[in-house]
Amino acid sequence: MNIIFLFLAVLAAIVAWWLSQQRITAKPWLEAGPSGDAGASSIPAAKIGLGLFLAIVGALFALLLSAYSMRMGMGEWRTAPAPKLLWLNTAALILSSGALQWAQVAARGRKMDGLRAGLLTSGAFALVFLAGQLVAWRQLDAAGYYLTLNPAAAFFYLITGVHGLHLLGGLVALGRTMEKAWRGAPVREVRLSVELCAIYWHFLLLVWLFCFGLLLLSDWTAPDGGLVSVLCRVF
Amino acid sequence: MVDIGTVEVIPPAEVDDVELYHPKSWVTKYVFCQDAKVIAIQYSLTAISIGLVALVLSWLIRLQLAFPDTFSFITPSNYYQFITMHGMIMVIYLLTALFLGGFGNYLIPLMVGARDMVFPYVNMLSYWVYLLAVLVLVASFFAPGGPTGAGWTLYPPQAILAGTPGQDLGIILMLMSLILFIIGFTMGGLNYVVTVLQGRTRGMTMMRLPLTVWGIFTATVLALLAFPALFVASVMMLLDRVLGTSFFMPSIVQAGEHLKYGGGSPILFQHLFWFFGHPEVYIVALPAFGIVSDLISTHARKNIFGYRMMVWAIVAIAVLSFIVWGHHMYISGMNPPFGFFFATSTLVIAIPTAIKVYNWVLTLWRADIHLTVPMLFALGFIVTFVNGGITGLFLGNVIVDVPLSATMFVVAHFHMVMGIAPILVVFGGIYHWYPKITGRMLNEKLGQFHFWVTFLGAYLIYFPMHYLGFIGVPRRYYELGETAFVPPSAATLNVFITAAALIVGAAQMVFLFNLIWSLSKGKLAGSNPWRATTLEWQTPQTPPGHGNWGKELPMVYRWAYDYSVPGAKQDFLPQNQPPAEAHQAALP
Repeated sequence: MNIIFLFLAVLAAIVAWWLSQQRITAKPWLEAGPSGDAGASSIPAAKIGLGLFLAIVGALFALLLSAYSMRMGMGEWRTAPAPKLLWLNTAALILSSGALQWAQVAARGRKMDGLRAGLLTSGAFALVFLAGQLVAWRQLDAAGYYLTLNPAAAFFYLITGVHGLHLLGGLVALGRTMEKAWRGAPVREVRLSVELCAIYWHFLLLVWLFCFGLLLLSDWTAPDGGLVSVLCRVF
Repeated sequence: MVDIGTVEVIPPAEVDDVELYHPKSWVTKYVFCQDAKVIAIQYSLTAISIGLVALVLSWLIRLQLAFPDTFSFITPSNYYQFITMHGMIMVIYLLTALFLGGFGNYLIPLMVGARDMVFPYVNMLSYWVYLLAVLVLVASFFAPGGPTGAGWTLYPPQAILAGTPGQDLGIILMLMSLILFIIGFTMGGLNYVVTVLQGRTRGMTMMRLPLTVWGIFTATVLALLAFPALFVASVMMLLDRVLGTSFFMPSIVQAGEHLKYGGGSPILFQHLFWFFGHPEVYIVALPAFGIVSDLISTHARKNIFGYRMMVWAIVAIAVLSFIVWGHHMYISGMNPPFGFFFATSTLVIAIPTAIKVYNWVLTLWRADIHLTVPMLFALGFIVTFVNGGITGLFLGNVIVDVPLSATMFVVAHFHMVMGIAPILVVFGGIYHWYPKITGRMLNEKLGQFHFWVTFLGAYLIYFPMHYLGFIGVPRRYYELGETAFVPPSAATLNVFITAAALIVGAAQMVFLFNLIWSLSKGKLAGSNPWRATTLEWQTPQTPPGHGNWGKELPMVYRWAYDYSVPGAKQDFLPQNQPPAEAHQAALP
């Protein structure tokens, strides 16, 4: 459970920082009178909602990785090989995320052409990534590492599957953003949508790099030397 | 105190109408409605309905325990199905849904001075996904083989192996229902948290929030972070059951046949389950803590003692609740140093909870206590929570837990602390806010009858059960049969407990009758029958109209507990009353 603890520790630090901004040492019984504002931040509710959602999704993946590393620490562990194709998929996801960043910059500069090109490119690379993941599944399956072979293989399919589903959900949001960008919705609205998509994409990229790095590089996860087993021993 | 002479009144902010959702037809007003108040009622009615099923199941369980070999329709398989579904429904589909989906939806926007939740559409979806989860759960009763009988903890490997009732479809539907519940809850939870963060009206700082909102808010954060563990566990077990993976399944030889499973770890499931399971206790308890604080303060006409400490204690309990899950696994063959760690962290939780209990008691000290029905339930909660909490201190120690873990003592402990205690608050909360929701008071006489039978009855059920646990009566057993160590008097005691359980259950019908009867026949309540300070009692209409407030959002000038303020014209000062106005009339 080490990974989920690291994750929760980071969240706890954020919450502690936020609480420290809320004057939790105030003595409200002595302070009747108008108090300017409510202390709500000026960040749009949708953005805070997304931030909270990412914390939940982060907890989900941290738990999956925790389960993976715990199971690994229990012995009788055989890793599944990581298909080389995953490197290409990773590149596609990085490009997809980069294109959205580009779209976001274009949106800030009110350049609608750049924005639309960025959204399209991002969507296309995301689809490439998903297709690539499916091909990687088939390659693994063909190599004899089918879903029910052992826990390592099952974890590989599960984690990549859950990640892919989240990206698929992101594509729905991206589609709605595109619809707004092409319909010519107010720039402010489009800009917020693009920004939310970009945050989500960067987050999923980060999650993927964690999964890929921690789980699928076989030399890291070797029973005695890997990063995960080091973490297991430390905590 | 600020100088009341010089304070000027800041005009309340007007909010443009366009942001508001307006129902256009009967269907969007009462069925697919985005108004948090309607969603709250939908959540509550669904949760209470499915809770009644769990109540009937508990009767059947008790009948079997008191009169073994009497009822032909309660087979051993049925018995396990009953206890499984009773536990799962009560903990998740009733208490969690009712506190967060019911009370949360109704009270958060009103108490923070918002017109609605921040994402009303997602909020509506949340209810419908929850309803779907409940329907899938109900469907498992009618599935071939019946619902799962794996115990509410669903421990693998037995949960998905042949020989466990409901192994066919029951367990699949159970897991699917849990997954749906978590998805639905996440949608609602995002709303509750972001509304508290961003929906507060002007002047409503975090430290002016009523403790009810603090409790529900913190519990929701807890739930949002803890439910993913149950989600992961459910998905993995579903894959084990349906696709034949071995996340939780070791190599198993059953009836001489080697099953397809191998290489998984049942202990992994326990870790994931309890990583959710322990915070779940506080997901239910924290809203109860918050609501009880407000009930006590209002009905004792006294400000809550130690408001800041109450807030800090809520946050501290939430943090601690993530590092105690191992105390549910003392008998799983845990490393002794881990047991020591978990015992220590478990006992440490006693500190913030004790702070809360002392503060409630100190709030009551020399207060003007009105023994209204909500107050009775609140007082009942304090006593019951202390009782259940103290047996928790016993069980938190490894050396005490090991012999008691598989006995009725544990059943008595957790029913007191997270069954009876929170449900008393649910009742208290309903008696308290029913006038706001419907415009009419619940009948006082029936309410008192309901309280005394429920409260005393609960003690008649669970006090003897502690004793049964001490003499070694095991839990989970379909029947005791002939045993050397259980004296025959245990059977007599079981009959007594069952009689009490049947009576307490029947008393809940009086409550339901009261709910329905008072809807049309109850005394008219007026807008603020309890003379309470919080914003939900200051709405221009009762029940609050769509959008909660009139043209202007309320402006908050004070905390939620200005009761019996010296020199004020009334014994309570609503949160939206400007300081100048509050004291004017008091001057001669």
